[in-house]
Amino acid sequence: MDSVTFDLAQIPLRQVNTFLHQHPEQKTGKVTLLNPDGAHSIAVGLNAAIEVEILGHAGYYAAGMNQQGTVTIHGNAGPGVAENMMSGRVHVKGFASVSAGASAHGGLLTIDGDAGLRCGISLKGGDIVVGGAVGSFSGFMAQAGRMVICGDAGDALGDSLYEAVIYVRGQIKSLGADAQIEPMREADYQGLRELLDRAGFSYSPAEFKRIASARQLYHWNADADQEY
Amino acid sequence: MNTHPAIHREESWGYDRRIIHYIQNAAAHGLYEIRGMGAKRQLPHFDDLVFLGASLSRYPLEGYREKCFTETVLGTRYAKKPIALKIPITIAGMSFGSLSANVKEALGRAATEMGTSTTTGDGGMTLEERQSSQTLVYQCLPSRYGFNPEDLRKADAIEVVISQGAKPGGGGMLLGQKINARVAEMRTLPEGIDQRSACRHPDWTGPDDLAIKIQELREITDWEKPIYVKVGAARPFNDVKLAVHAGADVVVVDGMQGGTAATQTVFIEHIGIPTLAAVRQAVEALEEMDMKGKVQLIVSGGIRTGADVAKALAMGADAVSIGQGVLIALGCNSDTYVQNGGHHSAVEDYMALGTAPGYCHHCHTGQCPVGVTTQDAVLEQRLEPEVGARRVKNYLQTLNMELTTIARACGKQNVHHLEREDLVALTVEAAAMARVPLAGTSWIPG
Amino acid sequence: MCGIVGLLIKQPHLRASLGELLVPMLVGMGDRGPDSAGLAIFSDALPETERKYSLYSGGTTYGWGDLAKNLQIQFGFVPDLEVQGNHAVLTAALAPDQFKPWLQQHYPQLHLLSVGRSIDLYKDTGRPEEVADRYQFLNLQGSHTVGHTRMATESAVTPAHAHPFTAGEDFCLVHNGSLSNPNQIRRQLEPRGIHFETDNDTEAACRFLEWRMREGDTLETAIQQGFEALDGFYTFLIGTADKLALVRDAFACKPAIVAETADYVAIASEFRSLAHLPDVKQARIYEPAPEEIYLWTV
Repeated sequence: MDSVTFDLAQIPLRQVNTFLHQHPEQKTGKVTLLNPDGAHSIAVGLNAAIEVEILGHAGYYAAGMNQQGTVTIHGNAGPGVAENMMSGRVHVKGFASVSAGASAHGGLLTIDGDAGLRCGISLKGGDIVVGGAVGSFSGFMAQAGRMVICGDAGDALGDSLYEAVIYVRGQIKSLGADAQIEPMREADYQGLRELLDRAGFSYSPAEFKRIASARQLYHWNADADQEY
Repeated sequence: MNTHPAIHREESWGYDRRIIHYIQNAAAHGLYEIRGMGAKRQLPHFDDLVFLGASLSRYPLEGYREKCFTETVLGTRYAKKPIALKIPITIAGMSFGSLSANVKEALGRAATEMGTSTTTGDGGMTLEERQSSQTLVYQCLPSRYGFNPEDLRKADAIEVVISQGAKPGGGGMLLGQKINARVAEMRTLPEGIDQRSACRHPDWTGPDDLAIKIQELREITDWEKPIYVKVGAARPFNDVKLAVHAGADVVVVDGMQGGTAATQTVFIEHIGIPTLAAVRQAVEALEEMDMKGKVQLIVSGGIRTGADVAKALAMGADAVSIGQGVLIALGCNSDTYVQNGGHHSAVEDYMALGTAPGYCHHCHTGQCPVGVTTQDAVLEQRLEPEVGARRVKNYLQTLNMELTTIARACGKQNVHHLEREDLVALTVEAAAMARVPLAGTSWIPG
Repeated sequence: MCGIVGLLIKQPHLRASLGELLVPMLVGMGDRGPDSAGLAIFSDALPETERKYSLYSGGTTYGWGDLAKNLQIQFGFVPDLEVQGNHAVLTAALAPDQFKPWLQQHYPQLHLLSVGRSIDLYKDTGRPEEVADRYQFLNLQGSHTVGHTRMATESAVTPAHAHPFTAGEDFCLVHNGSLSNPNQIRRQLEPRGIHFETDNDTEAACRFLEWRMREGDTLETAIQQGFEALDGFYTFLIGTADKLALVRDAFACKPAIVAETADYVAIASEFRSLAHLPDVKQARIYEPAPEEIYLWTV
């Protein structure tokens, strides 16, 4: 497949998404989408190594449930960008709204600007790298995978974490229940360096703190800080 | 001479043995109780309604000869591929994790033989259940455990779960003893830890956002699959309307008798409204919107018998969904289990849990004596898929026969032609909730 | 559950285009709120003795001549009544405590949508494009506006339940979300003589904030009080004679996005309502942070 351009001001999104889903085995080319204008569900459910460029701001769930695709949003993304991503890459050049990368299982989500609240909520694998700051409750109940926050983090970072790990370069307003700052190990430095490289950031891993679960909520216990 | 004075036993109504036990238990542990199954308290229910059979004004159909249709189609509003079922009785969502893989397979086989659907649960889709189920509904839950696009595309319908009748507003729980290696892997959790499911979806809140979420699921699956929205019965009149506004093809309303694998007892007994009260409100919401028949309604929560099914349909449901009933059909709360062709007593195992057959709600422990709600390698063998499938099929078949028998007695050639005017209530409470007249009168309270 | 939009014009020469800019924004939120729509529009304040009253009659038309005649008999002036079907704006040197009881007594069927020196208010059931057509929103002019599209949650779909809600004078509020303690707020206010017209949760928030301001709070301190008192999920957009204020609760589950240029500040639940504004590509675009007060003054 060669390069194709669709103007979302002219062609219904449903038609474009259907096109993107057809014959995944033959799709390797590049699809450019013009005038997204905040439309929802752009390039959702990709299941091929296809490249999609969205020229403008996207609405809710851009690149939702992505598998293998490489989606670049040349603008801001609405709530739930790359939600439940399985693999591939999603790159937001602007900022992302709430719940970026929610329950993603794999792949890499890069956000050049800030991310809103609940970034990486219920993360189940995969990596999220945020160039700016993240809002409150980010990494809430994150189960696996890594989050890298190059800016500051809001309140209740990493509340009720399971095995996901969060790296923060800036200030943390507050940690959530059961989240703790841990010493960086060699594997952290190495993994973080590689991840920052892939996401296109040149910060030194030495500038980051590691946040992970204290595992005090893993079992019922009257003395733990559990209100659930 | 008797040296002891006579023992006077006047139990306090407010502080009876149950409440004394509750307070002392709270004082000992500092944690609320978690258990399985649904509400145990007495509630107004379908038992409080009876059918007005045929008479001189209505003519019955011959029970054994004359046709009575039970075919049921769900998801006709937007989906390119609606679900066609042979009977209006479906199997409710119950997770692999709360149930063993054998049970999921048994349910799939039974549903397939009866021409109906089964549903995944909070833990993803197992290969066993997909292979054994001809029609499988895939749940999209707040936790998103094991939720992925491949399984979404493999599903025949998608059910967005807002809440459950056992616990509207609460997330589920799965205690560590049920998180074995396979369950842990499917849910991306460490083995053996207590798992808390979220109460709210991670990427949307409210009906305006739900509309966008539904659109996303439709776009991912190219508008093929019916989308159900399941709500625990709390404010069904509003919730049904909002689910319809948000674009649901099918709305599932789950009353407070609905079961759970494990949740706080305080939720099970104190949050939500009975199924009987919910169904009328749900139907009125659809009627007010002129959506009756366009958006289908599935009712669940304490549907046990063919009479319950018939009454739910008469009240306006298009289908029912059963969870606890099919577990009991599999042997839940039975004193024996069937393994290698023989019956074996499970009584001692119930005793070890501090319970007895007929009283057990210990699904949360993972030590199910009859191998239904367990992930234990030994216990799960007590439920063989073939045996379980046969029993569930028999149960569904019985319900369906009872349903058609009642429908024929009311003069209907199609079970969907039962109407609420075929019903009267035996109690004032039921009459008020179902808004059908008290038997022998034309009085509808309220 | 709903869509909200707001617009404040920074360059006075653009005030004539307020309606043209706003209508596509409102229509863009139709999917979030298909039941009803409404807007409040603020323009230069009348002299201190005068008031504008937005009146709504229900139905599609209304014989406003009778009202005009009786106003003249009662108060002795030729009323300035700008009529649009079932809606009219009365402008008069007439104090609310004179006019409101009289209207209530003689025209109980008329609904008083707003009172003030700057505010006009329109709201009705139907999709936003229909409501915009019905009242010719395209022709509206003014300095700032607050609009809303409604998907009813718990209360009924009626014009009275549509947003914006008003309280006092030159004060209105629109809401996306759902409050979890509106009845408690209402029971707190009613003994203080505050009258409620609907069972809508938004009305509780609107009357609470306006009550705080009458008690001496500024808009900011009233909103601070609101953070403590109002439970639930919300994005509020508030309009006063010379201000727009935007706030979200601590969870910020309900969306909001802002675009600012040298010409305007535009606010909407989603970017799709901002996408077609002039020069939006050059705008500073951001999402409001939770529990922060965003305030713009004309």
